[in-house]
Amino acid sequence: MNCKTSIILTGVGGQGVITAANILGKAAVRGKINVYVSEVHGIAQRGGAVNCTVRIGDLSGPLIATGTADVILSTEPVEALRNITYASKKTKVITDINPVIPFTVAMGGEEYPNLDDVFKEIRSCAELYKIDASKIAKKSGATITKNIVMLGALAATDVLPFKSEILLETILDNVPAKYKDINKKAFEDGMEVIKKILGFSL
Amino acid sequence: MEITEDKVGKQILLLGNEAITRGALEAGIDVATTYPGTPSTEIADTFSKIAKQATKQNKDPGFYFEYSTNEKVALEISAAASFCGLRTLTCMKHVGLNVASDVLMTYLYVGCKGGHIIVSADDPSCHSSQNEQDNRYFALFGNAPMLEPTTPQEAKEMTRRGFDISEELQLPILLRTTTRLNHTRGVITLSKLQKPRGKGHFEKDPLLALVPVSARVKHPALLKKMEQAKKISEKSPFNTILNIGKPTDIGIVASGVSVNYVKEVAGVLKLDVKILKLGMTHPIPRKMCEQFIKSCNTIVVVEELEPILEQQFKTLAYDINSDVKIYGKSTDHFSRLYEYSPDIVADAFSKIFKVKNPFQKPVQPKLKLPSRPPSLCPGCPHRATYYAVKKAAPKGTVYPTDIGCYTLGKAPPLEIADLLLCMGSNAGTACGLAVSTDQKIVSFMGDSTFFHSGIPPIVDAVHHNHDVVITVLDNRTTAMTGHQPHPGTEYDGMGRPAKLINVEDVVKGLGVEHIEIVDPNNIKETTAAFKRALDFRGPAVVVSKSPCILLELQRKRKSGEEKSVYCIDQEKCNQCKTCIGRFGCPAFYYAEDGGIHIDEMQCNGCGNCVQICPFDAIHKKEGNK
Repeated sequence: MNCKTSIILTGVGGQGVITAANILGKAAVRGKINVYVSEVHGIAQRGGAVNCTVRIGDLSGPLIATGTADVILSTEPVEALRNITYASKKTKVITDINPVIPFTVAMGGEEYPNLDDVFKEIRSCAELYKIDASKIAKKSGATITKNIVMLGALAATDVLPFKSEILLETILDNVPAKYKDINKKAFEDGMEVIKKILGFSL
Repeated sequence: MEITEDKVGKQILLLGNEAITRGALEAGIDVATTYPGTPSTEIADTFSKIAKQATKQNKDPGFYFEYSTNEKVALEISAAASFCGLRTLTCMKHVGLNVASDVLMTYLYVGCKGGHIIVSADDPSCHSSQNEQDNRYFALFGNAPMLEPTTPQEAKEMTRRGFDISEELQLPILLRTTTRLNHTRGVITLSKLQKPRGKGHFEKDPLLALVPVSARVKHPALLKKMEQAKKISEKSPFNTILNIGKPTDIGIVASGVSVNYVKEVAGVLKLDVKILKLGMTHPIPRKMCEQFIKSCNTIVVVEELEPILEQQFKTLAYDINSDVKIYGKSTDHFSRLYEYSPDIVADAFSKIFKVKNPFQKPVQPKLKLPSRPPSLCPGCPHRATYYAVKKAAPKGTVYPTDIGCYTLGKAPPLEIADLLLCMGSNAGTACGLAVSTDQKIVSFMGDSTFFHSGIPPIVDAVHHNHDVVITVLDNRTTAMTGHQPHPGTEYDGMGRPAKLINVEDVVKGLGVEHIEIVDPNNIKETTAAFKRALDFRGPAVVVSKSPCILLELQRKRKSGEEKSVYCIDQEKCNQCKTCIGRFGCPAFYYAEDGGIHIDEMQCNGCGNCVQICPFDAIHKKEGNK
């Protein structure tokens, strides 16, 4: 299949970014499309910033050149902006709106920027889609499904070269049986929010 | 488990490291050993997972696996298995091969019998390492045939076929990977699983015991084997030429993950090039390379870190009187530093071929963003130990540290990591400081590090009566790399019961006269213990014992025990900032009301902050949901 999709998934350690990247990779395999996923491990995982890449289609290798990401999917607003170097005007930046304040701010010395300024700068570089994924996840039954809400949001755009059903099936295959309903709802609600923004209806 | 399925042709998504494990299973692996280290860890963890599941089901996994005491021991165990005719794999991070290099250099003289793959996982950019040494030099240094995969699929194939090459040459094969390969997931096509050989037999041979007489026989034998290896390299399917665009006299030489970037950038720039993709990079296929040089008027060598291929190509060009122009590090188009990316390759190609770089210049956010470094987890017992030490030790005390989670104590506000070189260096450098300065010395190492290489320097401290305090932060696991067992745990990597060796028993046996065993969660007593240790003239060892908070949480989840949560009484809080500014637990934050609060999501309920608050403002939250 002749397609090329480059996605950056970013956020804070513990928000399920690596899991989401892995699920996206598995979905591509299910859709019979080539895929590379790059991850961070080891010392990078202890509560720090996390950045994964997923590249689907006729591509060689997992790394994304600056200004060439199709989507930046972020579970935290500042982390979305931190990765803006990968964005162009055509890039869709989908980010959760809830900040996670790093301890470097609490200890003094560093400042968490004004959220409106963060969104303004992202908007000046790319297409911005804001989503209250934490709230949607909580409503679906478990805050831990925030990463799945984000995958739903991603599926609502036209960038994935496979159907959203394939992604949902892959998610459900990779969560324990008793959490399937919660994850399904999280995915669908995330999808709905972005579809509304994009002017579609479910 | 998907990774152990015997479904030929099935495509699954695997991490580069998992692909290596799968390759070993497809080659009928008998014995696998390691010492965990990022970015190599998941190779071994996958063996461990498979073995544990088999143990649980009372089945034989078909192979023996262990997390060895250190990389040297791991390589010795594997080498012995190979002498018995078994197929074996040893994996480690790049600096682990330094530890195992004493074995490697002579093992290559002796040669192997059963196929042996030694995985060196290098870490360009030092993502999680203390240096970015290029271990391809070990292949040249010791004469080890070397394979370098470009994709996870190729990593699996090189592992599988590497065992055959190893047995054909009777030499261990160095499978050299980099972080970007180890931690990339890719589509893997499964091949047939091969049945392991089971038990082997040690055939006695006087040339297996290396003394000067046998070494002088074995060294020329090794060189002869490398001549044979050159022939294998000439015919190896891992060395290929890829043509991009029209026929051309522009050649690119690349190995490892760099091949990916070259392919991508050549496509984007619409360059006509031929890529000599080298997968068997030691010895290089000399004739193939000579032919390639003859067919080109320009060659660009793209390899991360050291100019190892570049130098060999320059030598070859000289030998065949070629006037081909070779670009690379020597022409300053590529760096010897850090890992490459499509951007870096595009930048170099645009300069060499005088075309426009298609990628935008990296833009940085205009807003100043707060840094988000990794930190000790909320509830980490190391934080409590560090806090107590800082209270006990006089100003100017030097804190040599070591490799593990506890290295994160380097960050403010604890700032308790002054000197670090390698595994085990804390105690050795502590001894050196003790003879060189009058400053007080308190060093730190983890329990796994203690067994790995922390014992010999303690012997040195005892024998020479160095005035040092050596701390073993005993959190009952190898935490940083993902909670692997070690000689101080009561189970092994296959999930079988194992003999637990107590740190304090070992230290006592070494002759340390002042030993303190403390629970760091009692900060007052821990502080007092460090004071006593500092007052003692001569070597003192403090064993600070408390399980990793992540293991504790796991235990609580399993037993249905609730996680406690703590909160701050705003009336009592004086905003002295001891909790935020000196203890530094990431669960503390300033809320919009200006008060200091505890983030319940982050708090892991250790309760140590209750002990450090001078105003008694922190207490357990009652009626926690």
